[in-house]
Amino acid sequence: MKHYVIIGNGVAAAGCIEGIRSVDSEGSITVISAENHPVYCRPLISYYLEKKTDLQRMNYRSESFYKDHGVTVLYGKTADRIDADARQITLNSGEVLPYDALCCCTGSSPFVPPMQGLDTVQSKFSFMTIDDTLALENAVMPDSRVLIIGAGLIGLKCAEGLHNRVKSITVCDLAPRVLSSILDDRCAALMQKHLEKNGISFILGTSAKEFQGNHVIMQNGAEVDFDVLVLAVGVRANTALVKNAGGSVSRGIAVDDACRTSLADVYAAGDCTEYHDISSDTVKVMALMPNAYMQGHTAGVNMAGGQAVFDNAIPMNSIGFFGLHCHTAGSQREGCEMYEESDESHIKRLFVKDDRLTGFMLIGHMHRTGIYTALIRNRTPLSSVDFARLKIEPQLAAMGSAYRDKVLKGAV
Amino acid sequence: MKRIYVKEEWCLGCHLCEYNCAFANSGMTDMVKALRGKTIYPRIQVEQDENGVTYAVSCRHCTDPVCVKSCIAGALSKKDGVIEIDHSKCVGCLTCVLVCPYGAVIEDGSGVAQKCELCMKNSCGAPACVKGCPNGAIVYEERGEAE
Amino acid sequence: MNFYPEFEVVRNDSRCIRCRVCERQCANEVHWYDADGKVMLSDESKCVNCQRCVTLCPTRALKIVKSDCRLRENANYSDQTIKEIYRQAETGGVLLSSMGNPNPLPVYWDKILINASQVTNPPIDPLREPMETRVFLGKKPEHIARNADGSLDTKLAPQLSLSMPVMFSAMSYGSISYNAHASLARAASALGIYYNTGEGGLHEDFYQYGKNTIVQVASGRFGVHKDYLEAGAAIEIKMGQGAKPGIGGHLPGTKAVGDVSKTRMIPEGSDAISPAPHHDIYSIEDLRQLVYSLKEATEYRLPVIVKVAAVHNIAAIASGIARSGADIIAIDGFRGGTGAAPTRIRDNVGIPIELALAAVDKRLRDEGIRNNVSIICGGSVRSAADVVKAIALGADACYIATAACLAMGCHLCRSCHTGKCNWGIATQRPDLVKRLNPDIGSQRLINLMDAWRHEIKELMGGMGINSIEALRGNRLMLRGVGLTEKELEILGISHAGE
Repeated sequence: MKHYVIIGNGVAAAGCIEGIRSVDSEGSITVISAENHPVYCRPLISYYLEKKTDLQRMNYRSESFYKDHGVTVLYGKTADRIDADARQITLNSGEVLPYDALCCCTGSSPFVPPMQGLDTVQSKFSFMTIDDTLALENAVMPDSRVLIIGAGLIGLKCAEGLHNRVKSITVCDLAPRVLSSILDDRCAALMQKHLEKNGISFILGTSAKEFQGNHVIMQNGAEVDFDVLVLAVGVRANTALVKNAGGSVSRGIAVDDACRTSLADVYAAGDCTEYHDISSDTVKVMALMPNAYMQGHTAGVNMAGGQAVFDNAIPMNSIGFFGLHCHTAGSQREGCEMYEESDESHIKRLFVKDDRLTGFMLIGHMHRTGIYTALIRNRTPLSSVDFARLKIEPQLAAMGSAYRDKVLKGAV
Repeated sequence: MKRIYVKEEWCLGCHLCEYNCAFANSGMTDMVKALRGKTIYPRIQVEQDENGVTYAVSCRHCTDPVCVKSCIAGALSKKDGVIEIDHSKCVGCLTCVLVCPYGAVIEDGSGVAQKCELCMKNSCGAPACVKGCPNGAIVYEERGEAE
Repeated sequence: MNFYPEFEVVRNDSRCIRCRVCERQCANEVHWYDADGKVMLSDESKCVNCQRCVTLCPTRALKIVKSDCRLRENANYSDQTIKEIYRQAETGGVLLSSMGNPNPLPVYWDKILINASQVTNPPIDPLREPMETRVFLGKKPEHIARNADGSLDTKLAPQLSLSMPVMFSAMSYGSISYNAHASLARAASALGIYYNTGEGGLHEDFYQYGKNTIVQVASGRFGVHKDYLEAGAAIEIKMGQGAKPGIGGHLPGTKAVGDVSKTRMIPEGSDAISPAPHHDIYSIEDLRQLVYSLKEATEYRLPVIVKVAAVHNIAAIASGIARSGADIIAIDGFRGGTGAAPTRIRDNVGIPIELALAAVDKRLRDEGIRNNVSIICGGSVRSAADVVKAIALGADACYIATAACLAMGCHLCRSCHTGKCNWGIATQRPDLVKRLNPDIGSQRLINLMDAWRHEIKELMGGMGINSIEALRGNRLMLRGVGLTEKELEILGISHAGE
């Protein structure tokens, strides 16, 4: 009987458990969970603030998930060290756990750059975990003025979540636009306008120079008074365990298509990893939930002796604010052609290079966008489809009758 | 398992399946009350190709469903081969819409995702699109599984 | 001159959900959606009352009613008569119509009643007793000779074997669609009866149903070749058609497209005009030549049917045909349908099938040649009761076409000649043809025939008859109501109460 150990208890870990069990129903699985919660979906914390979900419904899997899958969860514990040669890990409690196959699903941690006077701020929060969220929820009052550092996915979702609970929200970012990691200037401007229309204020293209208690002076001279500070600048992959064990790590833990690290029998999945993005042909950290699950599942299958690869990873994001939705996927590669359609509240930008769709940014267009995503993931030659029709509307009709026969007349 | 398949040679492009779908999933007992004056968000979509050939597209209930794997809320699951959405868990992030290669997951008009569940959760008993197709162009049958 | 349309589209707006199915399904483009007002609008002047929209409307928001806007009442010059005059004054053309004569001329079937047994000669319960509906069509021998071992010495003429005394009559590929033909062929095959190619030839896809196919040879000889003749189970020479006695068929070039032109062996887009006469037939002797030419070509394996329209001296004509070597006579009454016919001919030429059938049967019996031929009765046989009455009047079997079309979805809007059949039957437009799925069409035909067979058995059982053969020409089983002495005499039946 094999002993599987998973460090971390997020979605990648859940994928890993389900992957293992799809092959091996016997082996023991132990999960090391730093948080005292069964697996939940971190991206849901903003929906919690918005009251679109609650703690119960935020659980990623049913109550009996671990029991059904024969998993032992060690709550409130962390791993201190991996000894890859001895195939064992040491926990912060001093316990030693041997393994036959190990998966690191250690995720990422908020990254807070050094800011002068930050220690003078009393009411400051990260926005990553349920515990962060509950603390933040406790701190905000209807008359609170909230300052959020970071206009990325986390910062803006936090803004949306707090919107109805506080008096004002200001978001600042060093980048000159919102959602700089997924949108270009034009798309970001449209999204920013929409957010501003809904009462969010922005200070962009500058950073905090100095905090003085509940007052901040920005590099560009602007000054903001606030009651609650949220730090959502960014995240860093948690790579230390593998790095210290001698594994190959750069910005994330390096993994291949089978989610193997450079250490024997050590796999990694989720936000702690860096891996190949086929849309840009580069290796990067893509801290995305769908990918985390798919990596975890792939790792799990391979750990249990099966054969699985996750070889078509791309960045993709579906995110909406105040009813305006944005779908992005893939990359805007250098020298690509762009197809654009836009009006006041919609924008569609498709990026094409070398007869392939490499990426898109869609705001206000969310009908059947997965057909575009599939074009990127499958690296479909655009000359083999009716791209002129696809540009107008994603549809199977443009994919040719052979493809249609395959997907509509048989099981897929 | 039984799935919905289209016979495009018999599809008339009448779009009745879309309306039957919208009605079946409205929870109401009268079609007029359910649909009159409303924009419908059916879980089955009629497409037309460049030759005028029409056919309806609905969830394929994939063997390896990327929507289930991608759901950030754990609201999508596969039970006995049928891919279902737990609407109480869905927060409307629409990641499933972004990943479904067939465009079969649809926003329901209120910001939440929905998809064909083979009319197993409504009072129809059997897929309403199949029952209502005037020309036998949509069938619900066993055709073997994917490799 | 513009007239108020014949029909009104009544849309119950409180039920309309703007699904636009009516709009998408109307080949006449009656309905459309006005996006500004968010309402469905209609142009009733284009409506033919085919009921396609009514049938498919998911909320039953539609009905088509006859407009009551009429010219001033006049018992002599009816509204329709006047409008036809206006139309002809405008166009100078012959009026065209489709399907059977709709005018209120007597329907003798409805004035004939069927007997039932009471007390003596008790009725038979078809659910408990065997009941034979099989018939054989073809020349019957006068005498049977047997060999010493009991085997048959007499050489029998070729016969058609029918599981029930009903067949699908001639409708050409061209006048009706590929899918309509496929439905008929598949149903005939499943039922053990026959369908008829009409004069449009036989599409190569349907050779597989040859065992259940009657191939027709008409005056235009369209689609006739050796393989065609040999493909069928019988050959029918079409001399005339009930809907248009005395004239030939006319398939407009717009319908002679693709496979239709190929099957007819005519150039694409050319009008297929069948002459009024067969140019090689001016006498019974000439007919005999064609009958034997066809028999010769098919090595005497197949029975030959001669189809004629019911006209004034039908009995004498039938007598001639019975002596021409033909195996079967098909008589088509004046209510028979058509894909297109001049209105005046359809509505004024020919005689009722009931009278013609009775007259023919009597004449052939009187002349002692009834066994020379079988008789098929066609031209508005509408139900199992009509079938039973026809058999009792002397028919061996019946041809149905209008009823078969109805089973396939026809709503008798009588607009076949426009080529825009919304039910996919009388059209060659691919988008309309596909509306008739032969899986459904053939099943509905099978259902109809199954139902009729049950009803025929019930009616037979009631009369105490357990074999359809025993009913043939059994006019004692019929009584007339509201008929004159003369009519009763021709029908050869007594009045009710007698």
